[in-house]
Amino acid sequence: MTNYSYTLFIPLIPLAMFLLIGLTGHKFKPIVSGYAGTLGLTVAAFLSYITAIRYFFIEGAVDGTYPMIKAVSTVWLRFTDTLHIDLGVLIDPISVMMLVVITTVSLMVHLYSLGYMKGERGFARFYAFLSLFSFSMLGLVLATNIFQMYIFWELVGVSSFLLIGFYYEKPSAVAASKKAFIVTRFADLGFLIGILMLSFTTDTFDFKTLTSLDGPIITSTAGASFMGLSVITWSLIFIFIGGAGKSAMFPLHIWLPDAMEGPTPVSALIHAATMVVAGVYLVARLFPAYAIAAPDALHVVGYVGGFTSLFAAVIAITQIDIKRVLAFSTMSQIGYMMMSLGVSGYGDHEGLGYMASMFHLFTHAMFKALLFLGAGAIIHAVHSNNMTDMGGLRKYMPITHITFLIACLTIAGIPPLSGFWSKDEILAAALHHNPILFGIGFGVAGLTAFYMFRLYYNIFWGTDRHYHHTPHEAPAIMTFPLLFLAVASVFSGFLPFSHMVTSDGKPFEAHTDMLVAIPSVVIALIGITFATIMYKKPSTIPDRLAGSIKGLYKASLNKFWFDEIYLFVTKRVIFAYISRPIAWFDRHVVDATMNLVGWTVTTASNKIKGLQSGQLQQYAMVFVSSVVILVLLFVYLISK
Amino acid sequence: MMTEGIPLEYFLIVSTLMFFIGIFGFLTRKNLITMLMSIELILNSVNINFVAFNSYLYPHQMQGQFYSLIIIAVAAAEAAVAIAIIINIYRNFRSIETDKVDEMKY
Amino acid sequence: MDILSWFVAIPVLTVMAILFAKDLKQTRIISAIGMSAQLGLTTWLVYAYLAERAAGNAAAWLFKYDVTWFTSLNIHYTVGVDGISVAMIALTSVVIFAGVFASWRTDYLPREFFISLILLSSGVFGFFISLDLFTMFLFYEIAVIPMYLLIGIWGTGPKEYSAMKLTLMLMGGSALIMVGLLGVYFNSAPAGQQLTFNLNEIAANGIPVVAQQFFFPMLFLGFGVLGALFPFHTWSPDGHASAPTAVSMLHAGVLMKLGGYGAFRVAIYLMPEAAQDQAWIFIILTSVSVVYGAFGAVVQKDLKYINAYSSVSHCGLVLFAILMMNQTALNGAILQMISHGLMTALFFALIGMIYGRTHTRMINEMGGLMKVLPFLGVAYVIAGLASLGLPGLSGFVAEMTIFVGAYQHTDLFHRFVTIMATTSIVVTAVYILRVVGVLLFGPIRDEHHLHLTDATWWERLSTVTLITAIAAVGIFPLWLSDMINFSLRPIVERIVAAL
Repeated sequence: MTNYSYTLFIPLIPLAMFLLIGLTGHKFKPIVSGYAGTLGLTVAAFLSYITAIRYFFIEGAVDGTYPMIKAVSTVWLRFTDTLHIDLGVLIDPISVMMLVVITTVSLMVHLYSLGYMKGERGFARFYAFLSLFSFSMLGLVLATNIFQMYIFWELVGVSSFLLIGFYYEKPSAVAASKKAFIVTRFADLGFLIGILMLSFTTDTFDFKTLTSLDGPIITSTAGASFMGLSVITWSLIFIFIGGAGKSAMFPLHIWLPDAMEGPTPVSALIHAATMVVAGVYLVARLFPAYAIAAPDALHVVGYVGGFTSLFAAVIAITQIDIKRVLAFSTMSQIGYMMMSLGVSGYGDHEGLGYMASMFHLFTHAMFKALLFLGAGAIIHAVHSNNMTDMGGLRKYMPITHITFLIACLTIAGIPPLSGFWSKDEILAAALHHNPILFGIGFGVAGLTAFYMFRLYYNIFWGTDRHYHHTPHEAPAIMTFPLLFLAVASVFSGFLPFSHMVTSDGKPFEAHTDMLVAIPSVVIALIGITFATIMYKKPSTIPDRLAGSIKGLYKASLNKFWFDEIYLFVTKRVIFAYISRPIAWFDRHVVDATMNLVGWTVTTASNKIKGLQSGQLQQYAMVFVSSVVILVLLFVYLISK
Repeated sequence: MMTEGIPLEYFLIVSTLMFFIGIFGFLTRKNLITMLMSIELILNSVNINFVAFNSYLYPHQMQGQFYSLIIIAVAAAEAAVAIAIIINIYRNFRSIETDKVDEMKY
Repeated sequence: MDILSWFVAIPVLTVMAILFAKDLKQTRIISAIGMSAQLGLTTWLVYAYLAERAAGNAAAWLFKYDVTWFTSLNIHYTVGVDGISVAMIALTSVVIFAGVFASWRTDYLPREFFISLILLSSGVFGFFISLDLFTMFLFYEIAVIPMYLLIGIWGTGPKEYSAMKLTLMLMGGSALIMVGLLGVYFNSAPAGQQLTFNLNEIAANGIPVVAQQFFFPMLFLGFGVLGALFPFHTWSPDGHASAPTAVSMLHAGVLMKLGGYGAFRVAIYLMPEAAQDQAWIFIILTSVSVVYGAFGAVVQKDLKYINAYSSVSHCGLVLFAILMMNQTALNGAILQMISHGLMTALFFALIGMIYGRTHTRMINEMGGLMKVLPFLGVAYVIAGLASLGLPGLSGFVAEMTIFVGAYQHTDLFHRFVTIMATTSIVVTAVYILRVVGVLLFGPIRDEHHLHLTDATWWERLSTVTLITAIAAVGIFPLWLSDMINFSLRPIVERIVAAL
């Protein structure tokens, strides 16, 4: 077995950079922080690539299986003799893959931000937070046990909070960061309860034990059940709630569109490529448990994912803000990944969905980061997020245009770009396991092609708008990441994923199923054609179409009013009917009772103090008359 | 003796009258000097009792008389202290009415 | 003199030295020296304690010292520490050290202020080292009484009202404790033998169950009042709001912990049978505290009120965990006391510093302070994150230990209250982020705030000390948790045996 202990440095280097920049950043010129952060990430990325090459190609599968290696592990906090949180590094196919994804995208974002964030106030702070995020995300994927994952889960949440609220003087950014944190926090409650239930039943947090086929979770089929489902199923459903929150699954999705208030590179890194797929990663991490011990929980995952992908795609069609279109597109694609996990079985070719999900996660990270960075370049040029302020940009920004087009074709699933291969595998897996979900996925493929090209045409074609100054291509430091990611988007589809990342660690042969591939390409082309007709040149078709399905159009434009519903529940119900009454109750009942006690004592003593007049004569009067009365009484008694 | 022929009851009646006059004065008068005088009346009524009982019940012993002497001494001392206090009160309050002196009340 | 008595002696000597100080400058330098010495001594104690344990000394109490004080009633001055008291002493030293620096610029009657403050701390230290219930109660009263003066004289707002309310309610609690302690004393030995106040002797003798049933609720409630147990928590919002900065820090940070510590060390340890019987009543009250405090904090507008309600919630969690009565939950309770002590002290210190600049504590009158007060702003965010349980800071460690511990009970009642208590972490996030969002972020509301100056060196020292401690517990919890665990083991065995 190879020594992977150096992988510990992959998360630790960004942490060191965070501390360094955070504590001393203000002493230097801002750009120094940028270079330091980028340099740190370069080293981390380099180490990740080495790890990936060693793991997949030099060491390869042992006895036909990729091993799960605990490279580092140390006890961090002990609860009971058997339950303890360890911190460590777990090396297995998905964690290695995630290392590559995270460090690549993060490095690109670091580079890109050197140009994009230039001259911003808080440049050093931005890089400090990026490093913090990279550290947390790397720690998350390398987690050896579920509690370590929860720790870093919270840390990515807070990094996301800090980065969304980067422009902290802007009220909308503050509100968005708050919303993102609270919604995911609410979901994390589910995660935590799930962990508690799971750890109590299995007496371990360790992933290796939890997912091994002879581990407690899979062998202990018996046990208490609640509402017809076993405790394991319930706990896995609760854990999935955590994943759903972080991955913006319906109905916990409302934070993601608002999170676009953050700087665009952040959206590319956190809210497209890495953090939002943490939920998918979580389910994948516990996949054997889901697939074997709790198929019901896995169905929940599948249906939630499928529904979200459709729901988000419908909303994406009508959005005006280009980053929001991309945000809903991200939701939709993550829904795809979840759905794919949901239709997967365990082992060998049954695990096609699992493989496809990870594959799609990988390709999606590349092309979605590319889309966001491209959008950033555009926003940088025209100083607006709205596609109504854009048009005809292809002339001014050729590199951005080409890379954006590549990304759009990739997400639409046009062969031979990477999106085609991964999407195809997902649909193939869905077709074999669940025709309903296949139908949804198929429809979403068409919708995706349509809204992406709507976006594309609105930005790069159509008529020029009145720009404040002529838009110009972004500087090289920003276009290099675009080109790099474009290359990755084109070629990553050719990676032999089924030989590397599989549900049981054993390679298998995946074939392209023509029965799925051809219709999916056709529907993508149909979507693109519609978009071309409607948006390439100014036309009245979109308005007329919107008019003809007014209700649906409005619902989609307003994101089915989910924000309003949540706002109503929190502001009107929780604030007005729980918190205020409690505050009132505390002041006017509990505290008043205490004050009443005090008041009673004071009042009583006020009444009594009249007796203590200080008038000696009064006292003497009482004294003398009492004596007289007593004497008379005694005389009377004695005489009897 | 001088008191021969006068029954004990007469003395007791006088002393009781004096005692209650004293009590009455003490309870009703607001003037501190008058109150002091009332207290003197009470003390002297007790003196009469002591002396009377002494000579009627135990003519060969002197305790009753001694007690009277002690009371007289104490009364003198008390009067001295009390008058000093009263003068001081008068200086501070320009009054020796008891209900005017309520600075320390409550 | 033995080592532990120095913990009481140093504050007392400091107080005596302050008597000779001429002005504020000398006073605060003497206080700072005294409390630094205390902090140094604490560091030494922690080191010495761990070294003893590492050397294999398995005695329950280390550094014991005993002097007979009042022979006929068998009252002793007995001191000794185990892992739990060492942890609490460390907490107290850090908080009082930070508190002295946080009140660096006390203008009104500085000598008297520092004397009361440090005297109070000597009571707290004495409480934590005492093994004799009588001495313990004596120190407890020393810790509670100066509070009245500190709030009544140096406070703000309706200070007389708050001081009176706080003192009376705590005295009410003391009365219950007093009766409870006497009850324990008179049942502390079999008939005909010498009665005792010594904690260990009482534990060894055992108290008749009938007496336990009667005196347990008294002691638990008495200490619970200090631990802000619902519905006896209302002194906390008013008291904290009116108290001067360092007093709020010390009160919320340390004094409220006396309640939890006493409830655990006296009520539950000595009367485990009654505790097992009656726990459910108090579990309901504490889980109400946890959720109620959190929801109550959501709508408050005064920074100190928010934090006071938050303390009700967090201290409720301490008592909640104590009542779970298993190794993990009790460990969590101690960790939570330390964690809450540190972060609430940090909160109150920062609120005091912000108030000293803006002269308001109403969050809707402030905004965007991050821009003008970056240091204080960042520190406030860190405190907030610690409070909502971010990993890497102390709150997470404590809360998770409590929840895992509480979840070890398998019956539906415990499950239900545990899940109810866990929901508080979401509500905590809501009110913390609300404050941070309004207070620090967004545009500046009041243009006078544009010219505020950031933290001075003493304020930095005070906050950095606390933040370091919070991070140290949060990042390396194992040594602390192991230290506590070791001492908890015999206690838990006793409690479990009572079941």
